[in-house]
Parts: sequence; C-alpha cells; structure tokens
Amino acid sequence: MSKLLEISDLKIEARGGDGWNEIVKGVGLQVARGEVVGLIGESGAGKSTLGLAAMGYVKPGLRIAGGSIRFDGQELVGAPESMLRDLRGRRIAYVAQSSAAAFNPAWRLIDQHCEGPVRHGVMSRAEAQAEAVALYRQMRLPDPETIGFRYPHQVSGGQLQRAMTAMAMACRPDLIIFDEPTTALDVTTQIEVLSAIRDAVRDHGSAAIYITHDLAVVAQMADRVKVLLKGTEVEEAPTREMLANPQQDYTRSLWAVRDFRPSPRDPATSAEPILRIENVTAGYGALPVLRDVSFSVARGRTVAVVGESGSGKSTTARVIMGLLAPSQGRVLFEDQPLAAPGRQRPRDLQRRVQMIHQMADTALNPWHRVRDVIGRPLEFFLGLRGAAKEARIRELLAEIELEPSQFIDRLPGELSGGQKQRLCIARALAADPDFIICDEVTSALDQIVAEGILRLLDRLQREMGLSYLFITHDLATVRSIADEVVVMQQGRVVEQGPKDEMFTPPHHPYTELLLSSVPEMDPDWLSRLLEQRRAAVGKGDAA
Amino acid sequence: MTRYLVLLRHAPLMAKIGVLLIALYAVTAIFAPWLAPYPEAAVVGPKYQPWAAPHWLGTDALGRDVLSRLIYGARNTVGIALVTTVLAFLLGTTTGLLAATVGGWFDTLASRVVDVLMAIPSLIFALLILTITGTSVVALVLVIAVLDSTRVFRLSRAVAQGILTMDYIEVARMRGEGLGWIVRREVLPNAAAPLIAEFGLRFCFVFLFISALSFLGLGLQPPTADWGSMVRDSAKLISFANFSSWNAATFGLAPLLPAGAIALLTLAVNMVVDWVLHVSSGLKD
Repeated sequence: MSKLLEISDLKIEARGGDGWNEIVKGVGLQVARGEVVGLIGESGAGKSTLGLAAMGYVKPGLRIAGGSIRFDGQELVGAPESMLRDLRGRRIAYVAQSSAAAFNPAWRLIDQHCEGPVRHGVMSRAEAQAEAVALYRQMRLPDPETIGFRYPHQVSGGQLQRAMTAMAMACRPDLIIFDEPTTALDVTTQIEVLSAIRDAVRDHGSAAIYITHDLAVVAQMADRVKVLLKGTEVEEAPTREMLANPQQDYTRSLWAVRDFRPSPRDPATSAEPILRIENVTAGYGALPVLRDVSFSVARGRTVAVVGESGSGKSTTARVIMGLLAPSQGRVLFEDQPLAAPGRQRPRDLQRRVQMIHQMADTALNPWHRVRDVIGRPLEFFLGLRGAAKEARIRELLAEIELEPSQFIDRLPGELSGGQKQRLCIARALAADPDFIICDEVTSALDQIVAEGILRLLDRLQREMGLSYLFITHDLATVRSIADEVVVMQQGRVVEQGPKDEMFTPPHHPYTELLLSSVPEMDPDWLSRLLEQRRAAVGKGDAA
Repeated sequence: MTRYLVLLRHAPLMAKIGVLLIALYAVTAIFAPWLAPYPEAAVVGPKYQPWAAPHWLGTDALGRDVLSRLIYGARNTVGIALVTTVLAFLLGTTTGLLAATVGGWFDTLASRVVDVLMAIPSLIFALLILTITGTSVVALVLVIAVLDSTRVFRLSRAVAQGILTMDYIEVARMRGEGLGWIVRREVLPNAAAPLIAEFGLRFCFVFLFISALSFLGLGLQPPTADWGSMVRDSAKLISFANFSSWNAATFGLAPLLPAGAIALLTLAVNMVVDWVLHVSSGLKD
C-alpha cells in the first residue's frame, strides 16, 4: 500500500537579517492511511513548520527550498494554489494550538463548522449542520444540539478545542494535523480532549500528525514517534519501542526530564513559618474568588499550590503581593501583618517578597535592556550605583547561568523563552529577597528548558535559603520540587500537607482526580484510566 | 547617536529621500536671511514679473520677490507648525498617559474636558478664540496646540491602557515604583511607535490648519511670509493665466509654488515616519 503522505528531504528556509536561514534541514516523514504519527521536540525544533508543510503551506517569511511533499501521490511543492485550496479542509485538516485565537469571535461555531463542507461542495448546509451535531456528540460536547449556536467566547477552552477537532473532521479528511491541541489546557480538561480526539480519529480512520512537546501525551496518541531537534531528525520508531529503548542521547535526555528530584533537605531548618495566610477571603467585586484560605510557608522550603485554572491560585499570589486587598483575614510575614495595598508596605518588606510571573514575555518591558532590568531593583532597593551596580549585575547574570558580557546589553526580544524566564529570576534575586512567589514559571516552557529552570531555582534555594510559593497546575513539577502541597479548588483549600503524604493514598476526591489525570509515559495509561473511571461510575450508579 | 546613523545607512531609499528633504527644509528655514536674495517684506521690483533673473520665481502683486518669500515662509510656517505640534504632543501625551495610569477622577475629568473640546468643530472654535484674543503668533500656537492635543490625548490614553495591563507594569508597581517612573520608563517607550506615527500625521494637519487659518485671514498676518497666505493671494491668478508662452505660464504657476512646498514637506515627513515606525515595531519582535 502506498503511503498517504510522503515528505522527503524537505528543506524550509526563513528570511533573517542576513538572507535565508535553513530551519528545517532535510527532514523526511511518512504517514500511512489511518496511522497516527507523533512529532516531538523542544520549541524551535521545526515541528509546527513541518506540520504545516504537510498541507503544502508555509508561514509568511518562510519558503520551501527543496525536497518533496507527496500527498496521495500528488506533489504539493510548487502545486498551483487552486489545487492546494481544494485539498485543504477537505482532505487535509488542521487543528491549531490555541483554538480561542483560531476561531473567528464574530461567528457562531456551527457557521464556522459548515463553511468548509459547503464551500468544498461536499455537503449542503443542512447536511453539514446535521453532521456537525453528530460530530459534537461524538466529541462528547455538552448539549450537542445547541452548542454550535453559541459564539466562541461562550464556551470553555477545552470545549472549544473539541469543537475545532469536530470542525477539522467536517469533510472526513484523510489526514488531520494536530498542533499541540492540549498544551494550553489543564490536566483534567486535557484528558477529555485527548480521549475525544483519539476515539474520533480511530472511528473515522483518519491519519493524523500529532505535534506536541509532551512525551506522555504523545505516548497515548501516536503509533509512531519522530523526534526533531533544531530542524533535523533525531530518531523515529514505533511508540512502544521508542519509550522502552530510546537510541539517541537527546531522546534519552527528553525522557530523563521527568525524573528530576531536588537536593535532599536538611530537616533541622524546617520549623518556623516565614509566611502565614490566615482565613483570607478575597475577590473582584461582590463574588469572592478565595474563600477562607489558610496555609503557611516554612523558611527555606517550597510550598506548591496546585489546582486547575480558576481555582484561585494566582489570586492568592496577588493577595500576598498586595495587589488585591482581602475582604477578610490577613497575611503575616515573619509574624508581621502585611498592609493590604502593597504601596503602604515599608520598602524593605517590598524588597523581601518578590514574584516571578508565568509569561516572561509580558513580564519584561520590551524596551529595557538586561542591564536595566536587573539594575533597577539594585538601584531601587539597595541603592547600588555605578561600578558596584555593574559588578552585581554581572554576578547575578553568572548566577542564572547567562554569560554576562554576551547578554548584558540585549533586549528581551533577543532572548529565548528560557533565557527570559532566567532574567525574571535574576530580577527577583536582585532585590535580595527571602521569599519568592513563582507563578507557573515553567508552564510556558518546554520540558528541557523547564527542567533547567527548576534546577536553577533549587540551587538558588539551597545557596541562599530562599522560601518559595510555587503555583502550578503541573503535578510533575510539584512532585519534583515541592516540600508541601496545597490543593485548591474553586477558591478553597481542599487538602494540604507534606508532599509524600499528598502523593500516597488516601486522597481527597479532587486530589485523586488531579493526580490520576497527569499523563504517564505508559502508552496504555489513557485507555486504562478511562476504563477505571468508567468502572467507578458504573459502581457508583449501582450503589 | 551612532546607532541612528547606522540605522539611516540601512534605511530604504524612500526614507533617505525623506530625511534629505526635511534636512533641506530645515537648512532653508534656519538660514533664511542668508539664503534669500531679497528681504522678506520689501517691494523690490515691478509687480507680476515672470520667472527670470534677477527674480528667479517672479514677483507678487506688490512686487515682492517670490523666492525670498518662499524661503522666509519655510521659517515661519514650518517653524510655527513644529512648535505647535511639539506643544500639542507635550500636553496631550502627558495628560493622556497620566489619565490612563492614575485613573479614577483625574481620568474622568480629563476625558470629559477632551470630549467637550472635540465636540466643537475645531476650525470654528479656533476662529472664535482668535477673534477674541486677536491674531498674535502666540495665540495662534496655543489655540491650535490645545485643540490638537485632544486627539493626542485620546491616542496616548488608549495605547497606555493596553500597555498598563502587561505584567511588567505589575512588576514595577509591586516594586513600589512612583508614578514618574511608570509613565516615563515603563509606558512611554512602548507607546512611542504609535505616537511617532501620529506626530508625523499631526504635524501635517497642523501645517494645513495654519495654512487654512491664514487663507481665511486669521493666521499669520501680512507682511509675514507664510505659504498658506501665499496660496490665498495668488490662487485667483490661475484662472487668468495664459499658457501660450513660458513667460505667461509662470504667472499661472505662482500659487503652485507654496502649495507644492507644503505638499512636498508633508510627503517627506510621512516617508520618514513610515520608516521610523517600521524600525521601532521591528525592534519589538
């Protein structure tokens, strides 16, 4: 049987400051009918570019410099636009990473769904609508009959991602390209989307290219996995073989990330708490987001706050930083109450509590050079000037493992995602703090880079005796760095305690749900989990 | 400074032409008394002379040298337009950024005052005020600057509101930075690109506004040379022109000279602004 998609020796170039730079360097990819191929690699590996190229498309500023892309025997490189347009949407479909950005906010879901089949002349509008409802049902969306008549902003992120998958299937395509469809979702939602996508692909017999940087996800979805690094192919093998026996060092390093464990703690230093939150209730307007939240952070330790989006994790951070005044309760730092608007706090207190944001991109002013980003807190809090300031900036850069002379004059736009996050860490460190809030600091980064950040934070904690409040929805991160865990749901603390206790049963039901939703590297994990949950529901009904 | 010179060397041709033209206008304006062959307002010959030596662009209805008046006009018109635009931007940007950053009653008050000013047609409003105050250069500059600053206020406030939602502003606020730092160091650099583009556009509008006022007789007063009133004075000549010979044709071309000077400068400013915008947005990526 001939392959559905055959990409061979594909070269794609990007326009740079000095001519064209190759970003995909002669990669081949074959997909048979009905086969799911996973593409993995860190950011900048060329995964998305390759995925788009499978449709004969490259983003503006890129060009195909060589090689061939054959889809069902037809050559797509250099094919006329009319032929490509006929293929796209009808025989090849694409599911984007951020469906919230990919849907047109001014159209109802079903209108966008029907546009493809009607324009391609596959179905009439009425048929397409009926089909859409059937697909929504299959994707296990709530109220399949009516959900299509809502606008994109009226449904949740996970539902939107499923609606987009349904839309991709509207014309029964032979090949669907999934570009990180679950990366922006939290673990409990991810499960639903993954299982819906997997069943749908299976039932329709579509082939798929599944792009992700999460190995555990690819293990559930793909028959075969291909690893990319900086535009070149590292290795390719059937999923089980790849998981059991990776051949290349790079692949092995990808596998090893999840096993990061922090340095052992000295138990003697644990006792007194540096920060206590007592019965805090806070919110925006009349509706409280936090309800009676209490926990404490011990000096030199890491407390992880976990929960899905909307559980009040980030609001907790805002209360501690004084950006949001609690309506009830108080926050104590070394037994001193922290004034509610942060402006009223003494400068020394502002210095000692620092925060690192989730998105380093928006947390760095694009017009401030590295020197100014780190220099400002030095000047502001510690009164350093001139040579002393310069020396300290260089020291801090060395501390975060960036070569000072190379980086000191750069703008944030000239740094990679991981380097930006390191810079944010350096900015927090510049204030010489005792306590740092890390708000999802690794969730926007891919695993290898994220691991580097975690190692850095761990080393800094050891050397400087820092205390962390680590906000995250990623339980793998919690498992690797936390001493204590606080689980939040809908603004309440549902469970808290030392990490080892939290990860051994019995759990609170919500903790159980969170824990069991973290993908594992075992390819059978998703099937088994769904089986277990179904059984549990069955038992519940019987009882 | 050297950074900008390097940037200029790599600039596209259109931008280079724009910079060159603006430099030419600037030199003309600054060195007008030395460049002009005759004084600004003196009658130096018979009226309506054709374009020939010693009056290379002829003379006007009173017998003043047109070339000299064009050169002085650069100084008067461009200089006043520039001062007015700068003033409008100082006023508009400062209040706009402050209104967005401070918020609360200051924002409400400033926004409503601006709404009221914008509700009145600006030309009528300017005519009204200038009739009351009299047409001095200072009054002209102040009135146009205040009227124009309303649009700058709107723009800078809207841009700043977008910037203020960014995390780096939150970081600065958590550090306890004062208002001055936040507005000047955090917000302003990020608002610069759209403001620069607006500056180019505003400059052209102010320029035309002054010309329009001069045309109506409430702008710069004679005998001061300015391009707007030069167009007005010679506009009717077009209809009497006879294009059968070069000498006669120059008579009809007279109003096109100041109009062309205005058009060319407008074009040059926009070419440079386009490039500046391109460079500054490119640095962001």
